[in-house]
Amino acid sequence: MSGLLLVFLVVLIFVVLYQVSRSSEIVAQIQGEEAFDKKRNKILGYSMLVLFAAFMIGIVWCHQYMMPLMGPEAASDHGQQYDFMFEVTLWVTGSVFLLTQFLLFWFSFKYKRVGNKTPHFFAHSTKLELIWTSIPAIAMAVLVAIGLKAWFTMTDKAPKGAMQIEIIGKQFNWISRYPGPDMELGKKYYTNINEKDNILGLDWKDKATKDDIIIPNGELRFVKGKPVELIIGSRDVIHDVGLSHFRMKMDAVPGISSRLWFTPLFTTEEMKSKTGNPNFVYELSCDQMCGKGHYSMRAIIIVETQAEHDAWLAKQQSYYVQNHPDEFPAPAAEPVKTDSTKKITMNN
Amino acid sequence: MSNEATLHTHDVHAHDHGHEHGHDEHEHHEQHFFSKYIFSMDHKIISRQFLITGIFWAIVGGLMSVFFRLQLGFPEQTFKVLSAFLGDWAKNGKMDPEMYYGLTTIHGTVLVFFVLTGGLSGTFSNFLIPLQIGARDMASPFLNMLSFWFFAVAGVVMFGSLFITTGPASGGWTTYPPLSALKEASMGSGLGMDLWLISMALFVVSSLLGGINYIVTILNMRTKGMTMTRLPLTIWAFLFTAVLGVLSFPVLLSAAVLLLFDRHAGTSFYLSEIFMAGKALPNVGGSPILYQHLFWFLGHPEVYIIMLPAMGMASEILSTHSRKPIFGYLAMVLSIMGITVLAFLVWAHHMFVTGMSPFLGGVFVLLTLLIAIPSAVKVFNWLTTIWKGNIRFTVPMLFALGFVSLFISGGLTGLFLGNSALDIHLHDTYFVIAHFHIVMGISAFFGMFAGIYHWYPKMYGRFMNNTLGYIHFFVTFIGSYVIFWPMHYEGVAGMPRRYYDFSAWESFKQFGELNQMISIAAIIVFFAQLLFVFNYFVSIWKGKKVTDPNPWQANSLEWTTPIKPGHGNWDGPIPEVHRWAYDYKDNGEGGDFIPQHIPLKDGEESH
Repeated sequence: MSGLLLVFLVVLIFVVLYQVSRSSEIVAQIQGEEAFDKKRNKILGYSMLVLFAAFMIGIVWCHQYMMPLMGPEAASDHGQQYDFMFEVTLWVTGSVFLLTQFLLFWFSFKYKRVGNKTPHFFAHSTKLELIWTSIPAIAMAVLVAIGLKAWFTMTDKAPKGAMQIEIIGKQFNWISRYPGPDMELGKKYYTNINEKDNILGLDWKDKATKDDIIIPNGELRFVKGKPVELIIGSRDVIHDVGLSHFRMKMDAVPGISSRLWFTPLFTTEEMKSKTGNPNFVYELSCDQMCGKGHYSMRAIIIVETQAEHDAWLAKQQSYYVQNHPDEFPAPAAEPVKTDSTKKITMNN
Repeated sequence: MSNEATLHTHDVHAHDHGHEHGHDEHEHHEQHFFSKYIFSMDHKIISRQFLITGIFWAIVGGLMSVFFRLQLGFPEQTFKVLSAFLGDWAKNGKMDPEMYYGLTTIHGTVLVFFVLTGGLSGTFSNFLIPLQIGARDMASPFLNMLSFWFFAVAGVVMFGSLFITTGPASGGWTTYPPLSALKEASMGSGLGMDLWLISMALFVVSSLLGGINYIVTILNMRTKGMTMTRLPLTIWAFLFTAVLGVLSFPVLLSAAVLLLFDRHAGTSFYLSEIFMAGKALPNVGGSPILYQHLFWFLGHPEVYIIMLPAMGMASEILSTHSRKPIFGYLAMVLSIMGITVLAFLVWAHHMFVTGMSPFLGGVFVLLTLLIAIPSAVKVFNWLTTIWKGNIRFTVPMLFALGFVSLFISGGLTGLFLGNSALDIHLHDTYFVIAHFHIVMGISAFFGMFAGIYHWYPKMYGRFMNNTLGYIHFFVTFIGSYVIFWPMHYEGVAGMPRRYYDFSAWESFKQFGELNQMISIAAIIVFFAQLLFVFNYFVSIWKGKKVTDPNPWQANSLEWTTPIKPGHGNWDGPIPEVHRWAYDYKDNGEGGDFIPQHIPLKDGEESH
């Protein structure tokens, strides 16, 4: 009922507007079309100036509202390069933006029709056209040069001694794997996967898998100042490892292993004081549409010192040990495993 | 039959004036309603069919965006209107995530393909090509009619997919596999996805039938004296739009066919090493990235298929209403060509973060940023066109000016996204949403609105209501910036697109208030579009009648036809062309324009 009323109201408003505007046509006829048009054209010409002023004030106002909400500076070395490049690009595009928008609105105002003057016949100027072909070309060359330099550093091979962590996406959570004491991620194949005791499909025949640590909720732990290389994959559809604080991103594609490396610059604790937000947390977001739970595919990232990291690592049990307790009589049941299975079934 | 007769007389019109005239009379009396308005082969009727179908889809697509904006702006609240429209997909007024993704997917698909391709170039290529080049109809009116009917059927299939139990396709308008290939991956990947693919295939057929026709007509059926360099820029734009479509749409079709095979025939073009729904699938060796290459090989040219007609029409309208020739005609044509060539060489900039070779990424950065050059040339030429003009602020002129403003704003942010080292952060965030909505969504819409207001008098013999037009312009222009400007900031903060709810995210939840404001602005702008639709339909019957056959005092040939041209366009012989389309100058008799069919005066130099 209220829906019908709303529709009725909207139509009514439209009809009223239409009738009012018809009356303005009658006014035009009384005043004489020409005079009326001239007056209206003048008003609209001035409204171009008002529109431009409102546009600029709006931009400033929006900027002031938004800036306190924006996140802190980039938390990785590559991210800092990104921040620099962003700033350069913003200056270049910003000045072009201001210049062209100003000219557009100013010309609209300045050259509004007032009388029946014949305008300037100006159809072509090779000199002008050469100028505004070459200036953007030069600006583009600069942006491409800076961009490619940064791009090739970011996508270069990870430095030796970089920490390797595997991060695998699935509908709808992340799973991370650490290499364990042998510093090597063991082989895996997707046909080995089962939800009960091999969620990544590790190949137990490969000795390197035996000490690998799997964190079923995808938590990532990086060390401040130490390069980290993420080895990215997916179990089902395409996901994307989105690391907004580090200004990095890479797709997780089934059947393909992609890589991404950078050096984290600030620990989580440091970021808490930097942002003044005691709840600050680095988040890993899925940035590639992956199904109905896409928006909830979140994992936590912790950046810590080497000592904290070592202490954490020492407490972890390898995934193999967790799932084959009978082979290892000494330390007993870990609750982690049941937790993980439960979470997975829930998400399916 | 009458159409064929019309076409045949085209070649001999000069000698056969009397017959032609009589023939038209005959047509007016005898033509049945169905053959005149439904299965019409008159390009002018077909163009209006495209336009009205486009308007229908724009309302559907726009309404969808209102619905998902309600969810984004007010994730905690429930809305009766959602249950009223979505039924069980929004039980108790709360939208289901599956439907949220279905709506965003279909919103994108119908606006990109049905509205801004079918509704924009389908309408204006059809309407303006014969009228502006001086032809009585398209090269093949029959194929032209088929083109519309394939489009209509594609629409019916897409619309039908909204009503099936598993819901419409919901993998985003790009429908990347494996998500779109496996029905276990999401509800929308069931029957909804099949219907989406069938609808797209039909749309490709429609687009090819139309495009080939446009190219053939422009190249072969120009009237005497209408050399290529005398064509209005609209026609150049439509020509290259059609070339883009003809060369790239078949690639989309191949992508869709392979996807159908993967879905139903057990092939592995896009599938490899997938564990889904508790079992490992047998598919090995395919690559989901292949689909992305195929999709974007159309997907990027598609952006220019949308933009070029808007650019062409804006050029024409800016020139006409500034009473000045378009500045740098040749440069404008060359930049359209440049954009067309580059459009095929930049597709992988949508794929910088798929893990493809960084070197290849670098090449695509270079090629992508090259597009800025022809685009900049166009902007500066538009600015110089209005410089020292005598601007009449008609509604089409305002929309054309708005088009330039939006094109600048949206185009410049492309320089961020085209640079891979920036895209690595901004990819798939709200920055992308802001960029492409401003540049190929709103700005193309502005070009389209400018075109509709400008050529409405030719379409219906009446004007649209001015005051409503001005309201429409100001609300839409301001509203669009209010909606999309702040999204740049959200994107810079890393806020991902295609999220149903941000409230669980420490990094993105601070934008809640802003999202509300954006949603409210979106609803207001949506109603302003309904006002336009109201104006459009009411004016067909109630609009102010056109009394002057050339109401805008424009130079191009369409204004030499009668106020309400019949099938065949000109009652008498087709006028001969003697000059370019932009002779806005003193005609020596107090006027400020010289139409194309007026012979050069003694001593006058042709442009």
